Amino acid sequence: MDPIASHAPDFFRDEKGESAKLMGRSLRNRALSTLCVALSLLTLIPLLSIIVLLLQKGLPLLSWRIFTELPPAAGMVGGGFGNAIRGTLVMVGLGLAMSAPIGMLSAIYIIEYGPVTRLAQSVRIVAKLLTGIPSIICGVFAFAIVVATTGGFSAWAGGVALAVLMLPTILLTSEQALLGVQTAYREASYGLGATKFQTIVRVVLPDALPAMMTGVMLAVARGAGETAPLLFTALFSQFWAKSLSEPTASLSVLIYNFSTYPYPHQTQMAWTASLVLVAFVTLANVTAQLVFSKRS
Amino acid sequence: MSQQDSDSQAIADLRLGPDYFHILCWVAAAAAVATLGWIIFEILSGAWPAMHKFGFGFLTSSAWVPNRENFGVFPFIIGTIASSAIAILFAFPLGLAIAIFLSENFLPLPVREAVRFVVEMLAAIPSVVYGLWGIFVVIPLIKIFGTWAVATFHNTWTTVGPDGLETTHGIPVLETLFAPPAYGNSMLTASVVLALMILPTITAISRNSLTAVPKTLREGAYALGATRWEAILGVILPTAAPGVVAATILALGRAMGETMAVAMLIGNSSRLSWSLLSPGGTLAGLLANQFGEADGMQVHSLMFAALILVVITLFVNLIGEAVLRHTQNQTAGIR
Amino acid sequence: MTDDLNGPSPGRPDFLTVRDFDFFYGKKQALFDINMDIPEKQVTAFIGPSGCGKSTLLRNFNRMNELIDGINHTGDIRLLGQSIFDKSVEVIALRRRIGIVFQKSNPFPKSIYENIVYGLRISGENRKSVLDEAVERSLRGAALWDEAKDRLHESALGLSGGQMQRLCIARAIANQPKVLLMDEPCSALDPIATVKVEELIHELKQEFTIVIVTHNMQQATRCSDRTAFFYLGKLIEYAETQKIFSNPAQKQTEDYITGRFG
Repeated sequence: MDPIASHAPDFFRDEKGESAKLMGRSLRNRALSTLCVALSLLTLIPLLSIIVLLLQKGLPLLSWRIFTELPPAAGMVGGGFGNAIRGTLVMVGLGLAMSAPIGMLSAIYIIEYGPVTRLAQSVRIVAKLLTGIPSIICGVFAFAIVVATTGGFSAWAGGVALAVLMLPTILLTSEQALLGVQTAYREASYGLGATKFQTIVRVVLPDALPAMMTGVMLAVARGAGETAPLLFTALFSQFWAKSLSEPTASLSVLIYNFSTYPYPHQTQMAWTASLVLVAFVTLANVTAQLVFSKRS
Repeated sequence: MSQQDSDSQAIADLRLGPDYFHILCWVAAAAAVATLGWIIFEILSGAWPAMHKFGFGFLTSSAWVPNRENFGVFPFIIGTIASSAIAILFAFPLGLAIAIFLSENFLPLPVREAVRFVVEMLAAIPSVVYGLWGIFVVIPLIKIFGTWAVATFHNTWTTVGPDGLETTHGIPVLETLFAPPAYGNSMLTASVVLALMILPTITAISRNSLTAVPKTLREGAYALGATRWEAILGVILPTAAPGVVAATILALGRAMGETMAVAMLIGNSSRLSWSLLSPGGTLAGLLANQFGEADGMQVHSLMFAALILVVITLFVNLIGEAVLRHTQNQTAGIR
Repeated sequence: MTDDLNGPSPGRPDFLTVRDFDFFYGKKQALFDINMDIPEKQVTAFIGPSGCGKSTLLRNFNRMNELIDGINHTGDIRLLGQSIFDKSVEVIALRRRIGIVFQKSNPFPKSIYENIVYGLRISGENRKSVLDEAVERSLRGAALWDEAKDRLHESALGLSGGQMQRLCIARAIANQPKVLLMDEPCSALDPIATVKVEELIHELKQEFTIVIVTHNMQQATRCSDRTAFFYLGKLIEYAETQKIFSNPAQKQTEDYITGRFG
C-alpha cells in the first residue's frame, strides 16, 4: 500500500506548514486505502458463510440416493431428489433447444447479413430489453401461452419460460462472438470468390464457435438456477415425470418448497439440493470462462 | 471454341439460387423481436379486465382481498421501491469500494484476483440459495439487531405522566423506521440480502468505468503531486462517475425484478408498514406467491401487477442503458 | 492455361479495360472519368499519394467494393471485352477469375493446406488428388514450397510475416485466376521479404496479368511494365514505366516522382 510521506523538514522549508499539510494528506490517504481494502475483504465473509453452510448442512445427505430416489413425504426421512435433478436438466434442455437456434441465427443475421437494417437494430434493442425483464415475467408469459391454453402445468411450459430467459444471453454473446472474428478473414474469403453462406459456414462460424459455446454455457447456468419462471409453469411433483406434459419437479423449486417446511430433514435436503445446484452452476460458469480465455 | 470465347463464357457462368440460410436467419431475427411483442401482448391482454375494472385506482389502493375481488397494489409498489432503494443504499458504497480496490493496486494481484473471483461467485449463486441462506443466517442476525434497534430508537426513554402511567418516547423518524415488533422476515432482512445480490452488478460495471479512465488523466493528477486518493476522488472517480451511475441504475433495475430471495425473506404482507422491521411485500413476490393458485379476477389483477412490474423495470433499465452508452461516448475522445 | 508462350508483350493490350468510370462512396466522388487499357501478362503499377483512388480502382476490378454500403458507379470495366457489372455475371465467379492479395496478409486460422484449397473447395472440388496437385503447384508458384512442404497441415498462423504474404499469393493463384490484383503487398513486410515477393512478381507475370498498387516508386520501377499515376481520383498519366519515370509528360507526375509532394 501507499507509504506515509517521510518527514524531511529541510525540503519543505519554503512554505509555512507545508510539511504538516503533507503529513495530513498522507495520513488521510492511508486511512482511505485501509477503509477501501477492509470493505473489499468484508465481501469475503458472506460468501464464505454461504459456502460453509452449503458444505456443513448439505454434505451429510449427499449420496447416490439423491439421484435415484424421490422426495420423502412431509415429516418423513430418507429419499432423494432424482426427479428434481432430471426435471431441471430436461427443462433447461427444452429451453436451450428453443432459444439457442433463434439466438444464434439472429446474431448471424444482425452481424453477417444485415447489420444496418432496421430489423438488426430492433433485434439489438429487443435483446437488451429482454435482459432486463424480471425472470418471474418469463413465468407469467409461459403461463399465459402454455398453461392457460393447455389447461395444466407441464415441463413444456417450464421449458418455454426458461427459453425466454436464456434467449437474450445467447443472442448477445453470439453477437460478441461473431464480432470477434477478424474482418480480414471475411475479406479473404470473399476475395477468393466465396458466397456469403460459404464464408459464414467455412470461416466465420468455426472461428466464433468457442465464444458462442461460452454463451450457451452461461445461459445454461442461469437457467438451471432460476426458480421464479418455474413456479407456476412446471409447478412441482413428488414423482418421476412420465411425460413432458405434466407438472415437473426441479431443483430450484424443490429448494424453495423445502426451505419453508418446518421439518429438519426437509430443510437439510434443501441444503443438499442447494449444494448440488451451486456446484453445477459454478462448474458451468468456470468451464465457460476457461473456454473463452483459451480462445483469446 | 477459341480461347477468347471460352474465356468470356467462363466469366458469365452460374446463376445462384436464393440464399436459404439468409431467409432462415431473417426468420430467427424476426422471431426474436416478435417474442418481446408477444410477451407484452399476453400480459396486456391478461391484465385488461383488471385494468378495465380498477383503472388507475389499482396503483393507489391498498386493499388486496381475493374473496371480495378487491385488489390494489400500492403496498407492493412501495415495497418494491423501498426494498430496492435500501439495497442500493447498502450495495453502492460497498460495490464502489470493491470496484476501486480492483482497479487500483493496494494489495498484490493474487489478492485482487481472489476478491474478483469472490464477487463473480456471488453473482452466480441462484436466488433461491440466497433465500435459504438468508433464512438461516440473516434472519437471526436481523432479529438481534431489531431488538436492539427497537430498544435504542423506539423505546429510547420513558416518562412518567401525572397519572403514574409510563409512556415511552423514541427518536423521531428512527422510531417509525424501527417500530416493534422486530420480526425476522422483514423489509430489512430482504433488503440486506438483496444488497448482496446486486453488489456484483455495481462492482462489475463500475470497475469497467474506472479502468476505462484514460491513463493520461491519471498520470496528470500524479504528476501534479496528488496522493493516490486525491487522484481517485478528484479525477478518476468524477470521470468514471457516469458509468458508476449507470451501474447503480442497472443494479436498481435488477433489484426490483428480483423475486425468490425477497419472497422468502420479506414476509409477504399486504399491509403497508413504515417500519423496516415489519414484513412487507413486493410486486415480484406477490406474483410468486399467488399466481399458482389464483383464478378469475385475481389472475387478471396479478397480470396487471406484472404489467406494472415490467413497466417499472423496463423504464429503469432503459435509463441505465442510456447513461451507460453516454459514458462510452464520453471517454472515447480522450487518449 | 493458355497455350501461347510469346515474348515480353504476349497478349491482348485490352485484356482489362476501364471506360468512363466514375465511382462514389455515397455522395462523395472518389474516381473521375477513368479510362485505361491494361494489357495481358504484364505488370501494371498504380502509383500516387494517399487517398488518390488507386486502391479504390483496384478493388473495383473484382467488385470488392460492393461489400461496402452506399457505393455507386457509372461507366464500365471489362474483362476480355465483357462488362464485369453485367447482370449475367455472378460476382463470385468473377472473383475466382480476378484474384486479390491484400496489404496485410490474412491467412485463415486453418492449416496451410486448407488455406490454399479453400478456393477450390468452395467451388465444389474435393478430390484429394486435385487438391494435392493444386497445393504443390500454388506453393511452387509462390516460391514457398520448400519452406512449407513439411508443414502443410500445421497452422498457417505459425509462418513469418513474409511467408504469410506468400501464402496469400499462393492461395490466390490456386484459383488459377486470369488477373492478380495486389494492394500494396509489400508495405507490411521487411526488406528481405519484400525482395522475395518482387522476384515472385517477375515470375508470376509469365502466367498472370498483374495489377499492383504501390507506394514505393522504386518498387514500381523494378517490377512493372506500365505505370499509371493517379491524383485526387483522376488518372493523370499512364504509360510504359520507363517513360513515366524518365520523361513524364505531365508536370504533376514529375512533381510526384521527384518527391515534391505525396
